[in-house]
Amino acid sequence: MSTVVLLALTGLGLAALYFLIASGLSLVFGLAGVLNFAHGLFLSVGAYAAWTVSESWGLAPAVLLGIAVAAATGALVELVLIRPLYTRHTEQVLVTVGLSLAGVALLQSVWGADARVFPRPAWASSVVSIAGAQVPADRFLLIGAAVLVLLGLLAFLRFTRYGLVIRAGVENRDMVSALGIDVRNAFTLVFTIGGALAGLAGILAGMYFSSISPGQGASLLIFAFIVVVIGGLGSVTGAFAAAVAVGLLQQFVNYYGTAGAGDVSVVALLAAVLLLRPAGLAGKAAPA
Amino acid sequence: MLLVAVVLPWSTLSLPGLFEGPLNSPGTLQLLAICLVFAGLALGYDLLFGRAGLLSFGHALYVAAGAYGVDILVSHYGWQLWTAAAVTVPAAAVLAALLGSVALRTSGIAFSMVTLAFAQVGHIVINRDPGGLTGGEEGLPLSSAGLPAMFTGVVNTVNLYWLALAFLTVVVLVVHAIDRAPLGRTLTGLRDDERRIAVLGLSPYRLKLLAFVLAGTLAGLGGVIYALVVGGASPHIASSELTLSLIVMAVLGGAGTRWGAVVGGFLYAYLDQRLARLGGSLPGPFGEPLFVLGTLFILAVYFAPGGLASLGSRLEPLRRALRPRRPGDGHPAPVTDAV
Amino acid sequence: MILKINDLSVRLGGSHILQGVAFDVAETGVTALLGRNGVGKTTTLRAVLGEVPATGEVLFDGRPALGRATHRLVRDGLGYVPEDRCVFAGLTVAENLRLAVRVPSPDFDLVFDLFPELRQRAGQRAGTLSGGQQQMVAIARVLLNPNRLLLVDEPTKGLAPAVVTAVAAVLERVATRVPILLVEQNLAVVRRLATDAVVLEAGRTAWRGRAADLLSDADATRSLLGVGTTAGRH
Ligand SMILES: Nc1ncnc2c1ncn2[C@@H]1O[C@H](COP(=O)(O)OP(=O)(O)OP(=O)(O)O)[C@@H](O)[C@H]1O
Ligand SMILES: [Mg+2]
Repeated sequence: MSTVVLLALTGLGLAALYFLIASGLSLVFGLAGVLNFAHGLFLSVGAYAAWTVSESWGLAPAVLLGIAVAAATGALVELVLIRPLYTRHTEQVLVTVGLSLAGVALLQSVWGADARVFPRPAWASSVVSIAGAQVPADRFLLIGAAVLVLLGLLAFLRFTRYGLVIRAGVENRDMVSALGIDVRNAFTLVFTIGGALAGLAGILAGMYFSSISPGQGASLLIFAFIVVVIGGLGSVTGAFAAAVAVGLLQQFVNYYGTAGAGDVSVVALLAAVLLLRPAGLAGKAAPA
Repeated sequence: MLLVAVVLPWSTLSLPGLFEGPLNSPGTLQLLAICLVFAGLALGYDLLFGRAGLLSFGHALYVAAGAYGVDILVSHYGWQLWTAAAVTVPAAAVLAALLGSVALRTSGIAFSMVTLAFAQVGHIVINRDPGGLTGGEEGLPLSSAGLPAMFTGVVNTVNLYWLALAFLTVVVLVVHAIDRAPLGRTLTGLRDDERRIAVLGLSPYRLKLLAFVLAGTLAGLGGVIYALVVGGASPHIASSELTLSLIVMAVLGGAGTRWGAVVGGFLYAYLDQRLARLGGSLPGPFGEPLFVLGTLFILAVYFAPGGLASLGSRLEPLRRALRPRRPGDGHPAPVTDAV
Repeated sequence: MILKINDLSVRLGGSHILQGVAFDVAETGVTALLGRNGVGKTTTLRAVLGEVPATGEVLFDGRPALGRATHRLVRDGLGYVPEDRCVFAGLTVAENLRLAVRVPSPDFDLVFDLFPELRQRAGQRAGTLSGGQQQMVAIARVLLNPNRLLLVDEPTKGLAPAVVTAVAAVLERVATRVPILLVEQNLAVVRRLATDAVVLEAGRTAWRGRAADLLSDADATRSLLGVGTTAGRH
């Protein structure tokens, strides 16, 4: 029993990371039609920015700075690189591919290829006893952050004008323009939000794994992609459900099966979902 | 230019800026052989991307299948090289057929993500070293016991060079034959407008699957050659980074053109290796090959959307003007002469 | 003339769909844009709106429209009611309307006067509305803002006869305030609403003039539209 609780909470912690990355990816893809390979870079940028000032500023301001820098990176990438290629989706993907390669190399040249020890709040290193299981407190940090982000995102999408524009744009971008709305502002906004959430994910991943490295974003990104596809492109709640499914499945199968079986089973889940429901659990079908 | 590729191993010429030793030194020959292998891999990938319009992010899987397949059969099971290759390449084709038949149920970006996910499994499995087969993160050196003598020892590097050149030739012959065949036109038709092909009564799904399997087979073959040239297999060739670099090669050279991917692959592999060697001596991020290549790639997407091949055709009027008597061979890109 | 189109040409997916369309839309009344299925009526509207790349000349309210962003043209008063409604299925009726509002005092009075039903259905998701109700939402959302010209694409497509009459009545009322460029297959509706008519054929303008003249000429309607005004298909 205690093992199950520990595994479940650890799986949910992982799910929280996936969700933070995938929700931004999913919105960016759903609205702007861009598969953003540079999303992993936003994650690393946020983590390194926070790491750099964490000694001198203290952890909380460092976290805020990391999120802000990642958000700014997201906005900048949209404005400078993505916008000029408006509607040319393949080129946009290619540019984000180039950016992910060059960006990680740039981080490597500045901070080195080796992992850095990432600080965490003291209480996150403690252990909580639940139903007989000794659960590291950082799990709750991740899960709590993801739930807050989910609620915040849903409220934003539901109750604000921009949220309305984004929901409509995910359904039919052209029609939003045909109502006299400059949908490109919403693109910049989702890139900024995606960047901020990725930055937060990068920082939390740093706390969870106790270290950061330039390539960390890229490896988390692949599972986030899977979460996005399973959840349905453009759907935040779909991404949440898929993240929970993927995180739990991966954790349990990795523990009870052979090493690596969890990762394989996640991809098997992806294949199954695609065969049964090509558009994912929720959300619209991918444009051809 | 093919002639240059053929006579090169006999040349003792030194090109100090470009290569470290004379052209026929083992080091230079191996570097060139790797460039040739990547030229072939890039063109094979371009069959999918440039011709059929399928942006696969999982091509590395089939390269890895070839490399690890042959490496494992030779090094662990003591098979002879040729038998191992004869089993591995069809196995890569079968793998491509299986995974392609699932992935092609989606289209567009979802297809890209699914291929990426499949390849990621390969990468993970290889890294985990199941049953001690793959050597995990260290990779698996190719045991020379099962290899024909002509492929072992430094003095025989030239034979690896020939092998790489032969691989590139095979890929070029196959892809260009497809370009000329009705299949090639149908594939590009598919890329431009799937509905039109469906109207012709052809199944887009089957055509795409055919292209996927062909490209996977060529990748498997390339993986076999790669393992021979570098003397083993390492997890890097299964990584998404390898696929991304194949995309970069195809786009840099000019996706969908006759020679674009070949030129792109050759140049990319060359720059990658040379920059890695020069790394320390260059300032800041320029010491990172991927920074330079990634940036070049982004610039190419904006400023030379057709890749090097399109730069060539833009220069074509100039070239005509300079050499008025040259008969127009209908071949737009002067860079193609470079291979 | 609120809209002047000259030599409009559009290529899509390798085919030359419009090859020099030319016509004007008057400052008042309804101009019907007619032609057989697939001739390029929708494409013409989308080209005017900047949704598909086009060459040639389009003057909206005297200013060049080609090359301008869609949302700017719309803000200048070009209202668009697309073919197949294109309401946002996942949004409620109220949200669909709220999204369209871009002026401080939107004309909800007019909208609820024309479509009282929408008031009761404010909380319903637009995807669950009937075709006729969706059409009401699509028309309502352009009427919330002031317009200089409406582009209305097949508003009666797929609707029951009674609903067709209701939609036509609404458009008739709207046309007293703002000119309409109307794509319409139902010739009874055209006869009731249109003052002028333009017929496209093979990517070009094949006929332009008074709607009444076109409809009273049985040969012209048959050869241009493939239908007799009274009989069935050609
Ligand atoms: N994106 C596209 N790519 C290729 N062809 C297109 C595209 N959009 C439209 N077409 C073609 O252009 C032609 C004109 O289409 P359009 O929708 O403008 O016709 P229409 O006159 O509105 O027809 P209908 O009366 O059926 O609504 C059609 O043959 C259509 O197949
Ligand atoms: Mg139409």
